[in-house]
Amino acid sequence: MAIIRRRQGSVSTTTVPLPAMVLSYIALLAWTFVVLFPLYWLAVTALKTPLEVNGGPFYIPWRDFQPTLDSWHYIFFDLREDTFRPYLNTVVVGLTSTAITVLLGSMAAYGLVRMRYRVGAGAIGSFVVAVAIAIVVVVAGGPWPLGVAAGIGVFVLLLQTVARRFRRGVGNDDIAFWMISQRMLPPVAVIIPIYIFFQQLQLLDTWGALIISYTAAHLPIVVWLMRDYFQSVPVELEESAAIDGASPYRIFRSIVLPLSVPGLVATFLFVLVFAWNEYLIALFLTSANAQTLPLTVAAQNATRGPQWWYMSVLILIMIGPVIAMAIALERFIARGLLVGAVKG
Amino acid sequence: MSSLAPPRASRAAFARWRPIVSRLDRAAGGVFILPAVVIILAFSIFPLLTSLYVSLSRLGFSQGGVELKFVGFDNYAKLLFGIDRPHFLGVAGPLTPIGIAVLLAVYGLFAYLLYRYARGPNRTVGGLVGRLVATAIVGSLVWLIVNTIVTSGRQGTLVVTLVYVGVDVSIQYLLGLGLALLVVQHLPGRRFFRVVFLLPMMITPVGVAYLFRMLTDTSKGPFYPMWAHFGLTDVSWVTNPWGARLAVMIGDVWQWTPFIFIVLLAAIETLPYELTEAAVVDGANPWQVFWRITLPQILPASTTVVLIRIIEGFKIVDLPNVLTNGGPGTATESLTLHAYTIWRALDIGGSAAVAYMLLIVVTFVGISYVNLFRRRATAMA
Repeated sequence: MAIIRRRQGSVSTTTVPLPAMVLSYIALLAWTFVVLFPLYWLAVTALKTPLEVNGGPFYIPWRDFQPTLDSWHYIFFDLREDTFRPYLNTVVVGLTSTAITVLLGSMAAYGLVRMRYRVGAGAIGSFVVAVAIAIVVVVAGGPWPLGVAAGIGVFVLLLQTVARRFRRGVGNDDIAFWMISQRMLPPVAVIIPIYIFFQQLQLLDTWGALIISYTAAHLPIVVWLMRDYFQSVPVELEESAAIDGASPYRIFRSIVLPLSVPGLVATFLFVLVFAWNEYLIALFLTSANAQTLPLTVAAQNATRGPQWWYMSVLILIMIGPVIAMAIALERFIARGLLVGAVKG
Repeated sequence: MSSLAPPRASRAAFARWRPIVSRLDRAAGGVFILPAVVIILAFSIFPLLTSLYVSLSRLGFSQGGVELKFVGFDNYAKLLFGIDRPHFLGVAGPLTPIGIAVLLAVYGLFAYLLYRYARGPNRTVGGLVGRLVATAIVGSLVWLIVNTIVTSGRQGTLVVTLVYVGVDVSIQYLLGLGLALLVVQHLPGRRFFRVVFLLPMMITPVGVAYLFRMLTDTSKGPFYPMWAHFGLTDVSWVTNPWGARLAVMIGDVWQWTPFIFIVLLAAIETLPYELTEAAVVDGANPWQVFWRITLPQILPASTTVVLIRIIEGFKIVDLPNVLTNGGPGTATESLTLHAYTIWRALDIGGSAAVAYMLLIVVTFVGISYVNLFRRRATAMA
C-alpha cells in the first residue's frame, strides 16, 4: 500500500497538486500580461489614425476610438514593392543562414564534445606569421588576393615543417572560448572592415553577403548551446553504435541529432530570430535590392518623428511568420521525445 | 533474380569506396569542426586587426580625401586620462561613509577568498597569478563604481554598461529559470504559455526600442493616467538619470528573458526524468528535487546562456539610443552607444578605441567567468 501511495506521489511530474497549481497559474498569467500588454498596444496602435495616436491614450477599439485599416492599406498597397521585397529578402536570408548555421554549428559542437582536439603552439605561431606576411604584402601595395595566397602558402609550409616541433597547445575548451570571443567586439567596430571585405568580393547588396555574415556571426552561439545539449546525450548509446560499426557521421546523424531535438529546435528558433531581426549589418551591407525588414521598420522614423502607426503594422507582419514557426516547433521542445528514443 | 541485383551492386560499389570511406571516418574530427573554424576565422581576423589599427590612428581630412594618421595610444590615453575621461569613466565624487563601507566589505571579501585559495590544497602558481590579476581589475572596477554611484559623482559609460549587464542578466536569469520551471509542469494550457513567453524575443530590437518609447511616453502612452495621478505629465521622467536607466533595463529584461527561458526549458526537457522519478519515489520534496537534481544538471546550460547574455548585454545599443538618445546628458549611454556617437562625429579612431576597451572588459569578464564558474559547473554535472 505504501508503495502504491509513493508511486502516486511520483506522479507529481505529471499532475500538480491544487495549491501549487493555483500559484503557478497566478505567476504564469502575471507574466503573460507583462508580455502581452505591449503587444496589445502595438496592435491597437496599428488600428489608429496619426491623430488618435498623438491625441492621448485610447485603449479599446470601438469604445475609445474608431479603428481604421489606413496604416495597413499604406503598408500593403502604397508601399507594396517596398514592403514585399524586404519581406522576401528577410525570409530567404533568415531561413538559409539559420539552416547553415545550425548544421555547421552543431557539427562543430559535437566535435568539441566527443573528440579531443589539440591545436599546437606551433600551428598558432605559424598562423600568426602567415597573417603578418599577408599584412606586409598588402601594406607594401600588393593586391589582396596575393596577400591572402602568400599567407596561406606560408601557413601550410610552416605547419608542415617547423610547427611539429612544439609540444604545448590548446584544447577543446580554449577553442570554444575563442569562438565565443568573436562575438565580443561591438558591431560598430567591425562593420566597416566587413563592408570593405564584401566590397572586395563584390557581394554588397546581395543575399550572399548577409547569409555569410549571419552564419559567421551566429555560429559561436550555436556551438556553445549545442555543446551543452550534446553533453547530456548518454555516451553509452554512441559507444554501442560505434562497436556495431557505425561511422562517426552516422552516429551523429542517426543517434545524437535525434536525441537532441529539443535543443536543436530551441537553437534553430532563436538563431532564426537573430537573423530575422538583425539591423546593423544589414544597414551597412545592403541598399535597395537586399534590404531586410528591420531597416524598413527603422525607416518609419521620419523627420516629423516616429510614425508609430506604420511601425506597428510592420512589426506585426514581421513577427507573424516567426510566431507561426514557434507554434509549429514548440511541440518538439518536449521531454517525451527523448524518453521514447532512448527506450525504443 | 532481379530483386537480388541492387544489394550486390551496392556492395561492390561499397568495396570500391571503402578506402575513401575509412579515411573519411578517421578524419571525422576535422570534418566536424573545420567548417565552423574556417568561417569564424575568415570573418573575424580581418575586422579585428583593422579596428585595432584604426583605434591607434586618427581620421584626418587632406586634399582629395581622408587619411588615417597613426597616433599610437593617443585615443586610449584620451579615454583614460584626457578629455573623454568624464564621458568614459565618469567623475568621482567625495567618498561617503556608505561608499567606504561597501569598499571595505568588497575588498575584505576578496582578501579572504585569495587567502583561502592560497592556503587551500589545490593552489597553483598560474591560478594564483590569475586570481591576483583578476582581483586587481575587479577591485579597480568596484572602486570606479562606488566612487561614481554612491557619491555625488557622475557615472561614465563604462559604469553604466556594467550596471546594465549586472542588473539585466541577473533579473533575466531568475525570471527565465522561474518561468521555465513553471511551464515544465504538466499544467493544462502550458503550450500556450510556452509560445507566448517567446514573443518579446521575436520583435526586432529596434522595434522593441520604439515600442518602449511609445509605452513610456508620459502624455500619450498607455500609462498616462498613472503619470497624471502623480502630476508628472509635463516633466518627462527621462530627465532623471536613474529613471531613464530603469526604463532601458525594463525594456532589456522584457526582450531577453525569453532567450534564457527557452534555453533552460530545452535543457530541463532534455534531462532524463528517471532521476527525478527515483528521487520522488525516495521521498524527496519538490524543493529538494530542484536543488539536488534539476539545478546541478542544468548548470552547464545556465552558465552558457548567462555568458552569452553577458557578452550580448555589453553591446546594448538600440534601447538607450531610441528610448532616451543616451540622455539625460550621457546618463543612459552604453559603451556601444558611446562608440557609435563619436563615430557619427567622425572620430573613427576614438570610436574604435572605445570598442577595443569594451572588448578588453568583456574578454576579462568572460575569461574570469569561464574559469571561476563554468569549469566548476561542468565538472559538477
